[in-house]
Amino acid sequence: MRLLEVILPLATYINMRIVIAKPGLDGHDRGAKVVSRALRDGGHDVIYTGLRKTPEEIVRIVNDEDAEVLGLSTLSGAHDSLIPKICEQLIENRLGSVIVFAGGIIPERDIEALFQSGVRAVFGPGTPTSDVLDFLNEALIRKQNGNPVGVGDDSGWNWND
Amino acid sequence: MTDISDLLESAKLGDRRSLSMLISAISESGDSPSINTATGWILGVTGPPGSGKSTLIGQMVRKWASSGERVAVLALDPTSPLSGGSLLADRIRMEGDDLRENVFVRSIPSGKTPGAISPILWPICGVLTECGWTRIIVETVGTGQSEFRIAALVDRLLLVDGPDRGDIIQAEKAGVLELADVIAVNKSDLPGASSAAQHIRSSLSLASDDNREVVLVSAKEGHGIQELVEIIEKCEPQNTRGKMMMMERLISEWDAALVSHPEIDNIISELCDGSITISQAIEILVSSIRDGGL
Repeated sequence: MRLLEVILPLATYINMRIVIAKPGLDGHDRGAKVVSRALRDGGHDVIYTGLRKTPEEIVRIVNDEDAEVLGLSTLSGAHDSLIPKICEQLIENRLGSVIVFAGGIIPERDIEALFQSGVRAVFGPGTPTSDVLDFLNEALIRKQNGNPVGVGDDSGWNWND
Repeated sequence: MTDISDLLESAKLGDRRSLSMLISAISESGDSPSINTATGWILGVTGPPGSGKSTLIGQMVRKWASSGERVAVLALDPTSPLSGGSLLADRIRMEGDDLRENVFVRSIPSGKTPGAISPILWPICGVLTECGWTRIIVETVGTGQSEFRIAALVDRLLLVDGPDRGDIIQAEKAGVLELADVIAVNKSDLPGASSAAQHIRSSLSLASDDNREVVLVSAKEGHGIQELVEIIEKCEPQNTRGKMMMMERLISEWDAALVSHPEIDNIISELCDGSITISQAIEILVSSIRDGGL
């Protein structure tokens, strides 16, 4: 198995464990499901949490699944309180190397604060799913080169800039 | 990368982060740490898609966790043969902070191993037992060979069916009904459930010495869960499966070795364009194993 993965060009097969989570109380998860499916089709292992998870539940799922990436989808407007809380708890639980991205309805003016919390990309409505895959490839390359990209690493780089 | 045995030491002290990293390390390397205790209590749960396995497991997990057991759930999901990715199902809902400490849920993609029982499951179950998880539940995808093969890993098997009947009759043909220790007919809140249970009971009664229980439950309403848990607890571990278990283990290791053979892609292309035959392909593979070249 190892050997095969080395022979294949890296770009075609980089498999990561990704948790897609729905924090907050909104009940719409088509976006989260579309992204989950696209990531699976991109060759990743995707764990979708289902609706209405608390920050504590999400952090526990990321830990138990040993995920490398966490995608957070919110449409309710609670992103500015819930997402930073999740980021803090990840760091407190020795999960600072996890790459966090967000999607859903997130106003332009709130995005910078999310980057400050350690989020590395924010995707709005209408984003082609290939953008999310491109972001993950870029983030993985940065990680492999030892550049900060985890939620607990130095802020600075983000996909949107 | 931390050493597997170091991870096991801190996981045994109750560190969940280490346990989780240990399972990843086993999955990636295929190595297993040396374990002192014999693998403990493992329940397999299988059944057709949509029969409500996950919801029912959620209910049973709650019963066990609230009676002080530490429950680990391994959810097996198929890997896409096209992209190599997997979409792991909705997580079992576990509300209530008090129980969460005692519940560990991990999704396992089937990977490149056909039949969906990956050989890494054996060391993972061993590690969970070693770390003090007293109830291990393995949930399988509801179709195909995996239903049959899961019986080789677990020491008791629960078959879950819905009220629509037809499915389990198919399952009966495949032999799963023979292997199950307990059968639950879920969705007892819907019409048809009790007649489905009756149908299965009469099928079991064709053999005079078959006294296995068929339990009506509703995972949604929480009916019958206590009874089901008690029946599962009463099950004697199936030690008659010893030979079958070893056989399945050998097959799954063999399959894993075969699909990770460095020449497998070339051999398949040559088979496709007709330049070699199946028996020549087998000869190539076998001779490379003989030379220690896997």
